[in-house]
Amino acid sequence: MKQSSCLIKFAVLLCTLFVSNSFAAASTQEEVLRSSAEPGKPGGKLVITQRSEPRTFNPVPAADQTSMGIIDRLNADLIHINRATQKTEPSLAKSWTMSKDGTQFVVKLRKGIKFSDGAPFDADDVVFSFTAYLDEKVPSVHRDLLLVDDKPVKVEKVDAYTVRFTFPGPYAPAERAFDSLAILPRHLLENDYKDGKLGQMWGLNTQPDKIAGLGPFRLKQVVPGERIVLERNPYYWKVDAKNQKLPYIDELTFLIVPNQDAQVVRFQAGDAHIVSGLSGDNYAALEPEQASRHFKLYDAGPGLEYNYLMFNLNDDVTSRLPELARKQKWFNDVLFRQAVSLAIDRAGIVRLAFRGRGVALATHVTPGNKLWFNSNVTAPARSLPKARQLLQAAGFSQKQNGMLTDASGQPVEFTILVSSSNAQRAQMATLVQDDLKQLGMNVHVVTMEQRATIDRVVKSHDYEAVIMGLASGDADPTPDMNVLMSNGSTHLWHMGEKSPATPWEAEIDRIMQKQQVTLNHQQRKKLYDRIQEIEAEQLPMIYLASPNILVGAREDLGNFQPAVIEQYTFWNAEEFFWRTPAGNH
Amino acid sequence: MTNEPMRNLRRMGISKLAWAAGFLVLLHLAAIFAGFLAPYDYAAQDRSRPYAPPVRPHLVDCSGNWHLRPFVYVTTAREGNFNSYADDCTQRVPVSFFVRGDEYTFLGLIHGSLHLFGVAESAHISLMGTDGYGRDQFSRLLFGGQVSLFAGLAAALLSLIVGLVVGGVAGAFGGWVDETAMRITEITMAVPSFYLLLTVRAFLPLQMEPAAAFGLVVVAIGFWNWARPARMVRGIVLSGRERNFVLAARGFGATHFYLLRRHLAPMTFSVLLTQMAILIPQFILAEVILSFLGLGIGEPFPSWGNMLAYAQQYHILVNYWWMLLPGVALVPVILAYHALSEAVQEKLQSF
Repeated sequence: MKQSSCLIKFAVLLCTLFVSNSFAAASTQEEVLRSSAEPGKPGGKLVITQRSEPRTFNPVPAADQTSMGIIDRLNADLIHINRATQKTEPSLAKSWTMSKDGTQFVVKLRKGIKFSDGAPFDADDVVFSFTAYLDEKVPSVHRDLLLVDDKPVKVEKVDAYTVRFTFPGPYAPAERAFDSLAILPRHLLENDYKDGKLGQMWGLNTQPDKIAGLGPFRLKQVVPGERIVLERNPYYWKVDAKNQKLPYIDELTFLIVPNQDAQVVRFQAGDAHIVSGLSGDNYAALEPEQASRHFKLYDAGPGLEYNYLMFNLNDDVTSRLPELARKQKWFNDVLFRQAVSLAIDRAGIVRLAFRGRGVALATHVTPGNKLWFNSNVTAPARSLPKARQLLQAAGFSQKQNGMLTDASGQPVEFTILVSSSNAQRAQMATLVQDDLKQLGMNVHVVTMEQRATIDRVVKSHDYEAVIMGLASGDADPTPDMNVLMSNGSTHLWHMGEKSPATPWEAEIDRIMQKQQVTLNHQQRKKLYDRIQEIEAEQLPMIYLASPNILVGAREDLGNFQPAVIEQYTFWNAEEFFWRTPAGNH
Repeated sequence: MTNEPMRNLRRMGISKLAWAAGFLVLLHLAAIFAGFLAPYDYAAQDRSRPYAPPVRPHLVDCSGNWHLRPFVYVTTAREGNFNSYADDCTQRVPVSFFVRGDEYTFLGLIHGSLHLFGVAESAHISLMGTDGYGRDQFSRLLFGGQVSLFAGLAAALLSLIVGLVVGGVAGAFGGWVDETAMRITEITMAVPSFYLLLTVRAFLPLQMEPAAAFGLVVVAIGFWNWARPARMVRGIVLSGRERNFVLAARGFGATHFYLLRRHLAPMTFSVLLTQMAILIPQFILAEVILSFLGLGIGEPFPSWGNMLAYAQQYHILVNYWWMLLPGVALVPVILAYHALSEAVQEKLQSF
């Protein structure tokens, strides 16, 4: 009796589901996005190695690259930056218009598309997502990018498929700010948001079916510490030129392999199909095996990572560390920094640390940043005589035994701190040490474990000089304001400045603020060119070199197109397909 | 009747002792005189020759002619290649002996520039190849021995002395002394040394003179490992205390310290010697970990530990076998220490 009623209920449910579904399809045509990539064949599995386990599947608090790499596959944004062209392109937004003064954005959304759990998507989801991102009570890492002069953008629903964004003032990178801002499913998260729990939702132990997004894949399985498995999202809204639904790949697995050498071995053995972040050395070691092991290596050219030597210019250490305060008299002298920069053999660094697969740098903008790189500012060629001249002009002199002494007769001696976890940076330190010995500077290199290094630079400020690397988040100048602005949170050489400590830092502040509100690209480029000139002259950091993005993939993986912005290798995973019959992988 | 084999054994023991001790003394001397024996300075970089394979001294030239004086060929990097080198048969450079070259300091006091052998600057005599900066591995191996051989030895002695004192006193006195000492050893063993070292590092100044760094390495390794020998010594002393001759001596009024010195400590010698042979190579490797944490010897000064640390990288492991030579050098050192301890043990037993 009970069973039959159950059955009937089930049939009715099925029926209504069917009716409503066909109804929806009839009422709103699905406005798909057509991909221009080469059409492929569906099927197969793909395995990618990742350095660490993701911390969360929640787009709101996620800040680390591993989490974002997976979250970006599960979700979609309104306007997307194409990693290959570095330009913006439509995503969930079908089109958008900007008002003349650059403050208003009206975004038309795609109609008839669905989340990965089958629920429909509309303007309410967009408004909900941005309300959450902008809410100060929510631990959102994206809030900063949506503020202009500390005032948030206003988001209003115009109709079911139109949203209006009003910025408090003109905001040049507005389009780009939408990239990777995942649109959240209101139907799943609204209650948690109201309860103030949004930041804690969607951890690694959440049931996969409780997580939904608009991305090409959806979560299937989590094996803690080992792997994350995603499956094809059947509701995804992109199609290829032959009208086939994307993605082609049935299953996408992220294998957690913490160490790069181990990643190389897994890739070589065929356990993983893609490897990224190869060092020049490992690239060279894998190169001869390409044909016999059926993989292909790619050199995508310089990325956005810049490695630099930085002197400690913090002024809060004077009483605490008198020895350092004494040495800061040298470090604060721009002639001293210029001399150090001129003495460094950048070509040698590129050759020995990157095996020639990298470029010497003059500023933090690498040639990999196609739209913003100032080609008139070039990395200085090594010149010891010029460096000695500068030192002499700054009051230093070289003794009989070769030691360099300052005006008061003290020998020039300092320590370069470097993290032991990055072999290339440790190598740079040894090369720089030897280069500066030629000027008579007695440089010591101290390697320390990664976290201890960062703690000293960011918290205790107890270091003299350090070799580190940073990677710009986007090609656009605005995300770099954190580093460049004197009050920026990662203004590493001199943290927590209340007002610019030097005239050139004041000038950088002024120009960076101006570029943010300048809408004309050419004018902005001019401003950013000036920033690069100041950097190359004043050397707040002594920029050394940038490694090329070196990656590898199985040779029969179609549409594999490595880029120089994160995620280097799988930013277009929905377009990947296997050229060989599916099931081999 | 038993005299003959005994004598044989003793003779063999002594000769083994002489052999092992002799080898170790030579090795340590080679490390001390590294400046003279090594053709290059340990820090001299040649950026045009990274990962150059070992250069062989020849007696026969490319066309098959014999030469009385050994010579090397000038090696040139193959075109367009990062680390592939070829002998240039047209450029023969003879090996010279007692030549002037890079300056060095002997025992921190005497400056010199005389080297046992070398070649003119156009060629390179890198007997064990070069590392990623084009530095001569052979020279670095010799200089690195100064740190590794002596730090291992000193740290082993330190840990055994501390172990002997703590374990001996605990075993001989018993009671609350024993209890306290053993609880302290347990605490020492339970403290995660890795984090302890990280904490210690945070309190030390960033920059240390090489001599201070060396002392720190010895103390860090020695004090970190005294607990195990201490427990071993205590066990032997505890059981020895109940032996008849010890009880007899005590009956005659011998004091604790007399018993410890005369009867109990000698019982532990064979164990300590074996421990020593095991600990020294272990401590040479422990130095690698310390260098990793920034506690050990820093670049550019070499130690076998930090030289071996490079070989952890995959590309070096598969491509440049000569980067593993510091590891190979460890093998005879370990064998010699084992032979030495065995020989001394046999000698002690035969008394």
